Amino acid sequence: MDILQLLIILPIITILGMIVAKNELQIKSIALAGSSLQLVLAVIITALYVQLRQTGATDQFLFLSSYVWFAPLKIYFTSGIDGISLTMILMTALVVLAGVLVSWKINKQVKEFFFLLILLSLSAYGFFMTTNLFAMFFFLELAVIPKFLLIGMWGSGRKEYSSMKLALMLMAGSALVFLGIIGLFYASGMQSWDIQDIAKLNIPIATQRVLYLLLFTGFGVFTAMFPFHTWAPDGHSSAPTAASMFLAGISMKLGAYGCLRVATYLLPGAAQELSWIFIILASIAIIYGAFATMMQKDLKYMNAYSSVSHVGFIILGIAMLTKVAITGAVMQMVSHGIMTALFFAAIGMIYDRAHTRQANELGGMLKQIPFIGTAFIISGLTSLGLPGFSGFVSEMTVFVGSWERAGIFYRGATILAAASIVVTAVYILRAIGFAIWGSVTNKEFLKLKDATWSERTATVLLVVGILLIGLAPFLFVHLIDMDTTTIYHKLISNVLVH
Amino acid sequence: MNSYELSSLLIVALPLLSFAFLILLNKQLKPRVAGIIGTLTLATTAILTFYVASGYFFGFGMENGAYVHHIALQFQWLKFSDNLSIDLGIVLDPISVALLIVITVVSTMVHLYSLNYMHGEEYFARYYAYLSLFTFSMLGLVMAVNIFQMYIFWELVGVSSFLLIGFYFTKPSAIAAAKKAFIVTRFADLGFLIGILILSHGAKTLDFFVMIQRLTQAGSPYLAHFTATSFLGLSTLSWALLLVFAGGAGKSAMFPLHIWLPDAMEGPTPVSALIHAATMVVAGVYLVARLFPIFAISAPDALLIIAYIGAFTALFAAVIACTQTDIKRVLAYSTISQIAYMMFALGVSGWGEGQTEGFTASIFHLFTHAFFKALLFLGAGAIIHAINSNEMKDMGGLRKALPITHITFLVACLSISGIPPFSGFFSKEAILSAASHSNMLVYYVGLFTSGLTAFYMFRLYFRIFWYKPVQDHHNHEKHTWAMNSALLVLVLGAAFAGLIPFGSFVSATGSPIILPFNPSFSVVPVSFGLIGIFLAYYFFSKESDRADKTVAYFGGFYRAAYHKFYIDEIYLFVTKKVIFNLIGRPAAWFDRTVVNGILINGTAVVTEAGSEAIKPMQSGKVQSYAMFFLGGVLLLVALLFIQFM
Repeated sequence: MDILQLLIILPIITILGMIVAKNELQIKSIALAGSSLQLVLAVIITALYVQLRQTGATDQFLFLSSYVWFAPLKIYFTSGIDGISLTMILMTALVVLAGVLVSWKINKQVKEFFFLLILLSLSAYGFFMTTNLFAMFFFLELAVIPKFLLIGMWGSGRKEYSSMKLALMLMAGSALVFLGIIGLFYASGMQSWDIQDIAKLNIPIATQRVLYLLLFTGFGVFTAMFPFHTWAPDGHSSAPTAASMFLAGISMKLGAYGCLRVATYLLPGAAQELSWIFIILASIAIIYGAFATMMQKDLKYMNAYSSVSHVGFIILGIAMLTKVAITGAVMQMVSHGIMTALFFAAIGMIYDRAHTRQANELGGMLKQIPFIGTAFIISGLTSLGLPGFSGFVSEMTVFVGSWERAGIFYRGATILAAASIVVTAVYILRAIGFAIWGSVTNKEFLKLKDATWSERTATVLLVVGILLIGLAPFLFVHLIDMDTTTIYHKLISNVLVH
Repeated sequence: MNSYELSSLLIVALPLLSFAFLILLNKQLKPRVAGIIGTLTLATTAILTFYVASGYFFGFGMENGAYVHHIALQFQWLKFSDNLSIDLGIVLDPISVALLIVITVVSTMVHLYSLNYMHGEEYFARYYAYLSLFTFSMLGLVMAVNIFQMYIFWELVGVSSFLLIGFYFTKPSAIAAAKKAFIVTRFADLGFLIGILILSHGAKTLDFFVMIQRLTQAGSPYLAHFTATSFLGLSTLSWALLLVFAGGAGKSAMFPLHIWLPDAMEGPTPVSALIHAATMVVAGVYLVARLFPIFAISAPDALLIIAYIGAFTALFAAVIACTQTDIKRVLAYSTISQIAYMMFALGVSGWGEGQTEGFTASIFHLFTHAFFKALLFLGAGAIIHAINSNEMKDMGGLRKALPITHITFLVACLSISGIPPFSGFFSKEAILSAASHSNMLVYYVGLFTSGLTAFYMFRLYFRIFWYKPVQDHHNHEKHTWAMNSALLVLVLGAAFAGLIPFGSFVSATGSPIILPFNPSFSVVPVSFGLIGIFLAYYFFSKESDRADKTVAYFGGFYRAAYHKFYIDEIYLFVTKKVIFNLIGRPAAWFDRTVVNGILINGTAVVTEAGSEAIKPMQSGKVQSYAMFFLGGVLLLVALLFIQFM
């Protein structure tokens, strides 16, 4: 038994515990204990990982172990992590714990709700830690169904439409991914699904092109890449708070991680040739998403569109193919994951109390519920890239990295992306001005109560995460430096060097 | 780390600690305690600053007869690549130390003043926390060793300013002003950011001093790379520097990015004194001064553009200032105009022997302006405190009720009007003298503007303290010891700061220069000032209809100036009509209708229609199955028949 597998086993034990639990409080307590242990475990793994690296471990993946799932088709559950997957696991653990905490007031079908949340965390850990493409695909699929149910059952508004659309679009994305990984399996001579093995292959460029487009687009659907993003606004607006946090915080990162680890890393030749397509799509997403956000009045729609714009930075960073840009993309994955979870948490807390999410119907929240109002302002300032918070360092790293690509096309895309920070400031400050500042217009709001203990804990946890990256980015960069170098070397090996 | 380095670290660290302490405990602390903590912290940093400044200027700063920069602290914060990294650190050089004195002294006085002025405010502790945050950010900005460090603190002063302008966050006009200030400066900062990217890519460094060295040495390969390509007649380097300057123009409210500053007066008046008069708004000047060697040696064409923008803004803002009736807005336009003086002073100077006078003059004016303008704002605050109005029409004859405010305000007005021997005289003379040696057009604009300055300032003075006395006021000065002390300390600076031989401390190259003092040159500017004062006296010393008659004579021009030349309306048109209606709305519509409606829902509709169309085939009716079967068999037979015949 490896410590890494505990990350899969722990959620399973939690789920089993919840199944035998007798009442709501027990279920919630077990879920809380389970997710807290996940975070503790993730931190311990990080400590062990850093220690191993310091003592000179140079393997690409550490804690490697492999279990047979289905030998004739070479399907193994191989687990192993590098710095990039480690940061993803940490982010997941943080967001899951915060999600459980803000869902404390759920009173409808409690067991099922927490069951699905924990199942989602399991699938995310599985996805990030395995190096076997088939297992990866398995966990990717496993993550779709709970989302469908969470929105369909605990959602609000047009929840049937939203959940159906989300599930179908994500399924379509995973169909493309599946074709892509089958192609990779064939390219290995039907010998291996393993990333480490496939990375050693020299895949013909014609095959690479097809697979790159399939895989990047397929994972791109999960990342809400333009023009496959429309599941995001509807999905988020209907989803319960914790599901939104999970959807934007973690689920979109599954796709981004796949774009980087599978599509780009395994197919460097095609990436060099074709990444311009995704640079264009990312630039459109960034600027067009920002403008579309500006027009939203519903705070959840606002954050959903703003997520489309912000994950555009991730795609841009990956598609720029420089080491700095990729580092920035990874930072942005984690940063956006935590930041958007905080944003949705704050919006959810406001909605629970005021029963509206329309910015112009709110107002005076900072006066009435200062803690929640402050949480909203902090997530807003992170979103607009204020130094000291995580958004700034990750966006700047993407910009600096993108600028390394000479040529009017790349420069133009970078400038366009940078221009979005102005639009971001506009919509964030509008939201703060309308909803959070101002005086209380609705008499009902005078009775609102500020955050509960669980909401406060969730908020503090997420803010600490944001500050940790924002104030000490060197720790983060140090953790992933070796792995971005590996990816970058693979990208420039045997192809053109710029 | 020696004691000076430790002190300079404490200078930035103490306000940060004070911020963290006050923001975390803002509910637990008694307001008075929070205020005293903030004020004492700042007083400590001011004392440390004087210690460091004396050490630098009279001790370790000088090497071989010239002041050199001294890195007190530097560490790598975020490494991008082998060449590029964001380092945080502290640099001590003549301009940063001069700015440190300005920031800590004015900030201390504003902290002190606010003890009275903000007394009884609901969020008193939070106010002090924000003031500390601002001071920390501003100190970090001037001590920056790395252009990205400056950008970081640049954004942080922007957000502190946002929070303080929006301090009365339930007031719609304050919310609008805070948003406007942040967004306009953010837009300008985009230029700064792209400028940084271009500079860093060409110079292969983000470090200020390495960058200056690489981009000023003749024959440097980095420089050659930059000057090899040009666009619209300016080299890449000039464009990069102009983009950086755009950021500076946003913060320093240069035309046409000045529109946020008058609205920023919605913030509490002490905040206006600190941020929007003495410190943050001069950050743009500081930025150009920091990169001055590159501007002067490698991109003089960019410097010339700065000179013209500065000169135009100086005149433009002064004209508007003559027509405004809200006393804080008059001061805001005056601030824009005075900063523009500093800006064109940099613009008219060069690197050669005898051409660097403008650089020293600019920083000198920055230094003196901080004292007299902070004094004017704090005086205005005392007046507003006494009569609860910002409007001139509610004022008049206040000299007896507010004697301390009156005297200090008068000194500040004389100083800004350039009347000897007050501080503004010396710095403004130096600027005009530098302009007269380099660019006569700029000189004449500056000269005329100095006359206008004297006119609008004394219009303000006479209108407040003379004119027709108003009855409805109370003497507050008896109860406001903290406000009075702050005014009395600042008046010393406003009166005497000009006597400092500034050239022996601050110069472009580091080697002391002597600012020329030539009484025959001064005659003309001082006469312009006196004429301005006389005209203000003629119109406003007593209640009369003289001003109204003259206004009627100017007619349309007056109305245009009163409406600030409709710049706000133009911006409103561009943002509301063009950006919202022509970009934002169509983008949102396109997303809902085309991307979602046609592409995504369309796919669903087509799938549904397709399945509806083929559904009848699975009807369960045996007869129709038999028909299909028969049809299929016949088709196959026909095919085989064709095939084999």
